[in-house]
Amino acid sequence: MRLHEYQAKQIFLKHGIKIPKGKVAESPEDARKIAEELGGKVVVKAQVLVGGRGKAGGIKKANSPEEAKEIASKLLGSLIKGHRVEKVLVEEALDIQREYYLGYVVDKTKRMPTVIFSRVGGMDIEELAARYPEKIHKIYFDPLWGLHDFQIRRELFKAGFNGDEFKEMFNLVKKLVDVALKYEAELTEINPLVVTKDGLFAADARLNVDDNAIFRHPELETLRDATEVDELEREARLKGINYVRVGGNVGIIANGAGLAMTTMDLIHLMGGKPANFLDTGGGLADPVKMKMCLEHVLKDENVKVVFVNIFAEITRCEKVAEGIILALEEVNREVPLVVKLVGTNEDIGKDMLRKYVEEKGTRIYFVDTIEDGAKKAVKLAEEV
Amino acid sequence: MAILVNEDTKVIVQGITGFQGSFQTKRMIDYGTKVVGGVSPGKAGTEVHGVPVFNTVQDAVEETDAKTSIIYVPARFATDAIFEAFDAGLDLVVCVTEGIPLYDEMKIHRKLREVKSKLLGPNCPGVISPGKSKVGLLPDRCFMPGNLGIVSRSGTLTYQIAENLTKAGIGQSTVVGIGGDPMPGLTFVDILKMFEEDDETKAVVLVGEIGGTAEEEAAKFIKKMSKPVVAFIAGRTAPPGKRMGQVARNRKHHQRKRLRRRRKSCISVRQ
Repeated sequence: MRLHEYQAKQIFLKHGIKIPKGKVAESPEDARKIAEELGGKVVVKAQVLVGGRGKAGGIKKANSPEEAKEIASKLLGSLIKGHRVEKVLVEEALDIQREYYLGYVVDKTKRMPTVIFSRVGGMDIEELAARYPEKIHKIYFDPLWGLHDFQIRRELFKAGFNGDEFKEMFNLVKKLVDVALKYEAELTEINPLVVTKDGLFAADARLNVDDNAIFRHPELETLRDATEVDELEREARLKGINYVRVGGNVGIIANGAGLAMTTMDLIHLMGGKPANFLDTGGGLADPVKMKMCLEHVLKDENVKVVFVNIFAEITRCEKVAEGIILALEEVNREVPLVVKLVGTNEDIGKDMLRKYVEEKGTRIYFVDTIEDGAKKAVKLAEEV
Repeated sequence: MAILVNEDTKVIVQGITGFQGSFQTKRMIDYGTKVVGGVSPGKAGTEVHGVPVFNTVQDAVEETDAKTSIIYVPARFATDAIFEAFDAGLDLVVCVTEGIPLYDEMKIHRKLREVKSKLLGPNCPGVISPGKSKVGLLPDRCFMPGNLGIVSRSGTLTYQIAENLTKAGIGQSTVVGIGGDPMPGLTFVDILKMFEEDDETKAVVLVGEIGGTAEEEAAKFIKKMSKPVVAFIAGRTAPPGKRMGQVARNRKHHQRKRLRRRRKSCISVRQ
């Protein structure tokens, strides 16, 4: 789960990390009021969960409350890299002397937590690594012992930190690691970390936490709603469906993430556009799961055809068929289905569907390979 | 020969009295796997499908002399089950459980440095040496004995690919699902090494997914291998920045770079 900048900043603040003064606005008038409280000169930042917000026009400076209002009215409701802006963060404009980078990530290859910092900032870490690899400092630490103070000191001295700034940076690294470990972060980042005459400020904030560990941090659950912009994705999560909206017109249902992604790839390859990713996961023994999944995919009005690709190892095919029929009975749209159903009792499952087709005239096409299924689905989507 | 498991492998099932554990125990026995014991705290003295149940892994190991275990325990308790298996000195621990927290997995890996056990998974379908033994939940009918090794991050996608191969008359020495988690125990490289040394394996198929750098590490190793490797990566058209199920978060430029690197390694990439 990825937190918004304003959410991550509140957590940073609680842990003693300095952030610019500011507040979230959901209307242009709110933005004006906040800018007024902050003395007029502010930065207005779109709260969307995509990288490269600044370059995409999502971060703008305002010299007066009126200008802040004007910027907010343009940003709110607009799309930044496909993400709708529902909130803007209005912050005091800092007097920036220099920009640094400070981050933390779980290195999945080394299987260790890692602190990363650089005295060059203001660009994303990938670009930084490509342009100034020698200026990136990394501290790997043992997940059992935690980060030792000497490790921070050693690397900060190596990077040329000294005096008050050394002390402040030392404490900041410790605070950021505290946040990361407390919330079981996959990644947390301050970029840029801004140097002002009053010290180091987190001008931006990223905090991505491990979804599998959220049960240990129920307080994060309340933040989640605001991080899901897509209504269908939000609904899917509440129902326990692993669904991502992609935006095309060929709906996809598969059991297994790899199988679902391969299905998406093939739809693309055949010249079509997948509407979604959906991995049913296990548990298809109960027809209700399949019913829920199909109903959910059909809620996306762009969907013109659905490709159901089930490789039933443990699952019995008649249960899958039952789920499909239950869903079709509930949904009022006539959308053709392409079905690849393989596994235990596949003949029984297919017969059930064929009988349903005869009775109701629904269009269900059976295929034997994913390639044929993708071709058929793309063709049907074009016809509609 | 095959790798990891063969006809002599004795297996204990951790979580044998649970729904999945019991169901899969039956299927493994039906396949011919030597399931010699099960573990379920407080249920010692009972039987599941004729298999004796023990309170602890240690008891099961002392009684049966098994060197392999498979874990069917819910995510919140699976880390403890893995540590218990390590403590009992098992050679191979297969963990099917999905959803183990990242920080638990880091601790598991830290422990792996100190113990002799190997971990397959978590979040994996297990391993099958067709005609010999199955430790996991892979569907029997997709496989047949032969000389192709398969190593994969996916579940159902692997079954699909294996079934196509079997239908085409290409049998397998061993099929290994390393699991979809970002930090698997045994990695692509570990398994490729085993296949390289296995007499029965003549060629290898690698099934990867977008996300992470496991496929890049594998590509580097494959350059040094004498046996031919065919690779497939799912998710090349997935949108950047979105989480697709298990782990994958696509970064387009990484994906292209990986494909390029793979081409350089002279591995055929099926797109």
